[in-house]
Amino acid sequence: MCLGIPGELVADAPEHPDLAVVEVGGVRRRINVGLLADEELRIGDWVLVHVGFALSKISQEEARAVLGYLEGLGRDYDDELDALRASDIT
Amino acid sequence: MRFVDEYRDAGKARVLAADIAARCEPGRRYTFMEVCGGHTHTIYKHGLEDHLPEQVALVHGPGCPVCVIPMGRVDDAMHIAAQPDVIMTSFGDMMRVPGGKGSFLDAKAAGADIRMVYSPLDALKIAKLNPGRRVVFMAIGFETTAPSTAMTVLRAAAEGVENFSVFCNHVLIIPAIKAILDSPDLRLDGFIGPGHVSAVIGCRPYEFIAREYGKPLVVAGFEPLDVLQSVHMLLGQLGEGRAEVGNQYGRVVPWEGNRTAMEVIGKVMRLRPYFEWRGLGFIAQSALSVADEYAAFDAERVFDLPGLRVADPKACQCGEVLKGVLKPWECKVFGTACTPETPIGTCMVSSEGACAAYYTFGRFSRERVREATRA
Amino acid sequence: MSSEPAVEGRAVGRAEGVERAVAESRAGVAPGGSSSGGREQQVLDRIARVRRRRAVVREERITLAHGAGGKATQTLIEAVFLEAFRNPVLAALEDGATLSLDCARAAFTTDSFVVSPLFFPGGDIGDLAVNGTVNDLAMCGARPAFLSAGFILEEGFPVADLRRIAASMAAAAGAAGVSIVAGDTKVVERGKADGCYVTTSGVGLLERQVSLSAAGARSGDAVIVSGPMGEHGAAIMLARGDFGIEAPIVSDTAPLHGLVAALLDALPGGVRSLRDATRGGVATVLNEVATASQVAVVVEEEALPVRAEVTGVCELLGIDPLYVACEGRFVAVVDGEHADRAVQVLRGQPGGAGAVRIGTVRDDPPGLVLLRTVFGGTRIVDLLVGDPLPRIC
Repeated sequence: MCLGIPGELVADAPEHPDLAVVEVGGVRRRINVGLLADEELRIGDWVLVHVGFALSKISQEEARAVLGYLEGLGRDYDDELDALRASDIT
Repeated sequence: MRFVDEYRDAGKARVLAADIAARCEPGRRYTFMEVCGGHTHTIYKHGLEDHLPEQVALVHGPGCPVCVIPMGRVDDAMHIAAQPDVIMTSFGDMMRVPGGKGSFLDAKAAGADIRMVYSPLDALKIAKLNPGRRVVFMAIGFETTAPSTAMTVLRAAAEGVENFSVFCNHVLIIPAIKAILDSPDLRLDGFIGPGHVSAVIGCRPYEFIAREYGKPLVVAGFEPLDVLQSVHMLLGQLGEGRAEVGNQYGRVVPWEGNRTAMEVIGKVMRLRPYFEWRGLGFIAQSALSVADEYAAFDAERVFDLPGLRVADPKACQCGEVLKGVLKPWECKVFGTACTPETPIGTCMVSSEGACAAYYTFGRFSRERVREATRA
Repeated sequence: MSSEPAVEGRAVGRAEGVERAVAESRAGVAPGGSSSGGREQQVLDRIARVRRRRAVVREERITLAHGAGGKATQTLIEAVFLEAFRNPVLAALEDGATLSLDCARAAFTTDSFVVSPLFFPGGDIGDLAVNGTVNDLAMCGARPAFLSAGFILEEGFPVADLRRIAASMAAAAGAAGVSIVAGDTKVVERGKADGCYVTTSGVGLLERQVSLSAAGARSGDAVIVSGPMGEHGAAIMLARGDFGIEAPIVSDTAPLHGLVAALLDALPGGVRSLRDATRGGVATVLNEVATASQVAVVVEEEALPVRAEVTGVCELLGIDPLYVACEGRFVAVVDGEHADRAVQVLRGQPGGAGAVRIGTVRDDPPGLVLLRTVFGGTRIVDLLVGDPLPRIC
């Protein structure tokens, strides 16, 4: 119900200013972008699609920040493992 | 970047899981509620609990729109659908929800014209294509979905579509969380906050949870790494003795939410003084109705409704499940009298319902499966 | 279709039709009219000649007369079905077909087709009806040989559409090496059916000594699918146009007997079970195997073959490709030791390029299908209560 899917804006829809075309994995659908009137959307932006409406513009920076944090955590984890392997207390 | 697969990476999950285990104090148990049914679905669908230490328990909350619809409202909708000139339109989730007199599927088999739609705009399109029929959209959902219904009403008004109305059952998440917090049955350490509701309402409305109840809440996305990371963030707050509103889902949820969406809701809808929730009873100011200015599009005023309250089946313990007091399998009728084929309670109907998710995805012994799937 | 169309494409008014009938009947008479039997005999000869001419359906739409069993029915059968499916057994137009089977064991099956819409990207109800029954026979390890076809037509159904359906049935039958040797046609009143329903039954020859059963899976066996999942269901969903989604997805409808023959030849005694993944998709087949064999089927989510566009449609609509129908894919359970060989053989065959191993059979817990998720967790894959989509085949 609260299903929301990220989709890429690929085209305007000529028939109505509130409509635009999004692509999800090679699949296209017209959606209503009226709820993002303040966002100055551009082709190539990603939006969250819910029941035929774009609900939110997806922030690439925020997305990268989360993944970057997790990668950092992974590096610390690897370092820790390396340190553990390298340490010799016998 | 597709914003999907990147958040399903098993390697990152293992690292996060190790750090989650490290953040748990020895001997302490943690109980977090995922408020939203979408999270419940994610947790079961991806087998997320395999990455959590035994100390951390997730309980499922009331954020499943289909699950909280009371029987009387289903009966009202069936009454509308039974009018000979009506086309009832509904999201697929709603089709099997039992009221006092069966479900939409039963009504359809008995001759009612009930159609599944993907979007309320599809319902409006059906109205324009069938000018001789009255087309009603069964509007359900939390703040995530309410703006879409409201936008559709505005569009219908602008285009002068006179044969379209919505049966408004939109509910609000904050009063439901408050009802859970005030319930004496449950001790929670924190909340995994609903991501897509928050894309609309923002993060501020949750601040009272931290301030008045001293519980942390982290707004989370719907991919499995999102949920796992939100658990990690909750444990981080608890470890440092903090209780704040955190936002794991910054890529979709701005702190202030979506102002346009809130304005559209405010224009088209009004707070109801009270509304009944299945299993939770009447909750004050917990739902929306269509505003007087758009009365022509309000099915409650267009049709004469019975409006009868129907008591939940006695055996059903959906209320306890929705409040997180019972795990699905602890319900008396789970898996025996109540199954996805013959649901008694709503939690068994929606794919986001805790019982359906557990029955469909999680109905097995983890130990035995670990043994069986060992590579 | 190869033969010339026997149906007039344009509307024929009553008067025009009468004039033409007169002209045509005259054309059959020898010039001069010097016949021996007098004037009445001339007319009788003319009638006999006209009746011997190839049947022509002049109507543009099916009427109740086409189902009444009389002249119009006969004309329809001869002009549409016999034309398309022509073979000596059918041409005899007996009440039943007499078949010569070269082996003692045969497989027999039947299937009805009510897909909506009737025509969709990648196929139509015609090739679906032939391939569906051909595939059911192939899953028994049989070589499909003979088919029957029953049609339930709605009054008003365009004859041109029926001819198109018959043509694709003929093409599919040709591709699968089967003959359509018996048939039936009924017409129901407008509003009592959705255009055209087709039922096909089929006989296949069991030329190999095989024992295939969903109950035959044992621990250690490998589970293989013959190609990407869910393309037929997704194509139908888009063709219905209810969801406003556009994507280049075509149905995967195809005959599978060739793939199956290659697999059975390559792994004598090594194939335990074959099922084509139609309604309910691959997940349903896996559950049938787990239940019938009382084994656990453990599937690797990472290995599941799904095209990006099908994933996209499923994400938008919130459905799982594991449950979406295919009409040209099957699930094979084979001896685990020969799994690689099985995949290799399938990939070398037309229609098998996407074959892949998706899982393994284990002893415990019996009756369950378990999925190891990409995320590193485990869940079960249960049967769905209802199909997410109505009338896909």
